[in-house]
Amino acid sequence: MTNHHGRARRLGDNINTDYIIASTRKKESLDEHILKRYLLEAVDPGFAASVQTGDILVAGANFGCGSAMEVAATVILAAGIPVVLARSFARSFYRNAINNGLLAIECDTGDLLEGDAVSLSIDASGTTITNERTGRRETHPPLGGIAGDILAAGGLVPYLKREGRFAPAAPSPE
Amino acid sequence: MTAQTISEKILSARSGGKARAGDVVVCDVDLVLGTDASAPMAIGYFERMGGTRVRDASRVVFALDHYAPPSSPSTKGFHQQVRVFAAEQGVRVYEVGEGISHQIAVERGLAYPGMLIVGADSHTVTCGAVNAFATGVGSSDLAAAMLTGQLWFRVPPTIRVVLDGSRAAGVAAKDVALAMVATLGSDGAEYHALEFSGPAANDFSLDDRLVLSNLAVEAGAKAAVWRTDSVLETHLARFHNPGEPVHADPGARYAREVVLDLSALTPTVALPHSPENVVPIAQAPDTRIDMVFLGTCTGGRVADYHEALAVLERGGGKLADGVQLVVTPASSEVERQLAADGTLVKLARMGATITMPGCGACCGTSGVIPGDGMNVLSTANRNFKARMGRATASIYLASPAACAAAALTGRITDPRSIA
Repeated sequence: MTNHHGRARRLGDNINTDYIIASTRKKESLDEHILKRYLLEAVDPGFAASVQTGDILVAGANFGCGSAMEVAATVILAAGIPVVLARSFARSFYRNAINNGLLAIECDTGDLLEGDAVSLSIDASGTTITNERTGRRETHPPLGGIAGDILAAGGLVPYLKREGRFAPAAPSPE
Repeated sequence: MTAQTISEKILSARSGGKARAGDVVVCDVDLVLGTDASAPMAIGYFERMGGTRVRDASRVVFALDHYAPPSSPSTKGFHQQVRVFAAEQGVRVYEVGEGISHQIAVERGLAYPGMLIVGADSHTVTCGAVNAFATGVGSSDLAAAMLTGQLWFRVPPTIRVVLDGSRAAGVAAKDVALAMVATLGSDGAEYHALEFSGPAANDFSLDDRLVLSNLAVEAGAKAAVWRTDSVLETHLARFHNPGEPVHADPGARYAREVVLDLSALTPTVALPHSPENVVPIAQAPDTRIDMVFLGTCTGGRVADYHEALAVLERGGGKLADGVQLVVTPASSEVERQLAADGTLVKLARMGATITMPGCGACCGTSGVIPGDGMNVLSTANRNFKARMGRATASIYLASPAACAAAALTGRITDPRSIA
């Protein structure tokens, strides 16, 4: 059982990876602990300085669209943000999040406002997200298959160190 | 036997099973493309995974394209890191100035029908034009593919894009591609593959197909696959390996069908700050243009410069006062052809700044960065705020011909009006 309590940091739809961290920033350094100073600067130049450890990013549709650059996931984690909730994710960002152990959960984020207290409880039966202000709860089944195994291992590095390869998926019935 | 789409067939062949949309499969990867923007992190992941040897170096290629030329000491360091790793592992490096990874893959015949291609660059989808399943991944997935020769995929459902009707003169592949993104929406193809078909598909040259596959990722598509036909066979005839053509089965299941009526299209422009913000140029607000960028993996090929030059010459060849015209060929092969046929010298005489082939100014990693408050009209694929390195600049996207028209007038201009 894992629990997270955090403050919602509200973003809109179509937050692309260049907004999360600009391509021009990563030509100086790939160190996420340096890059985190520029997190979401195109959306709000004051954002990075306002982040508190444990904050939760809350977005609309298509979070992480655009470039597949992996610093977009590592910089969020380095800023102390362990969870991103969004109505939907772009697939390359979603993979990068799983591969680095960043929790990216597709859910209804419509009623979450900036500053709302959010709690997540995660166990074998799934993830429950609670908006503490409204009391609304939403439960999602656990991420299954290889993606679930990678996330449970803590990311792709520990997964491949342990498994050595991708475990073959179960064949689909004809 | 269930009828399959092209994407299902390629993922079946590479996973050794019968892959259907929604299945999760582990596939052998045929080609792994890294860049100077993604390979440095991938090398870090590879080492942390315990990697010592790349599984099959003959299937891995790195291109030094984003920092061409290197714009800072740290980018020179990334290049050196990639070169050293590649030399140790026997991986081929395409050097600074040789071009953009997916452009190189197509024009040098590294990409061909039936392949499963992953690249740590979202525009790897471009390679779908050669009847391959090509998709963008991050650096950690790139590392896993280098280490194991494999990667896992959820088999995407396919949206069939039906190309119907004939394009009017002056309507470019870029106009069709922007219309496609606007029709689908910026997440309309998320987790889906596109498959191009329809009576007009055969009218699209290989270069045109590359533009449509390239822009597909701006609608979220995982891959954007064309069929093998006479147009592709003509391209492949130059190379040793014609690949294994993959055709969709009659009765294959599609998530949906999107029909693009080409006869209804006119020259278009995507307004800031999203590629889905598409309007006909005739309805666009009158807008001053300060910088025109002809280049990138969308609009940096030989035919693009020929289209642009034709408009520039038709309009007298004099750039509007204050307009900076920047030319960055997508590869050294494009540059060589443009030099040989006189295009480059003509553009230079008109006052164009001609830069080293590569990604150039597209994402602010190299080349010309627009000034504060500038309006840029570009042949590229993304116009996000700050994309070119300046948050106060506004980026508009259009065809090479429309970009050339704006270079002459200093305003967003319908290229058909240049007489």
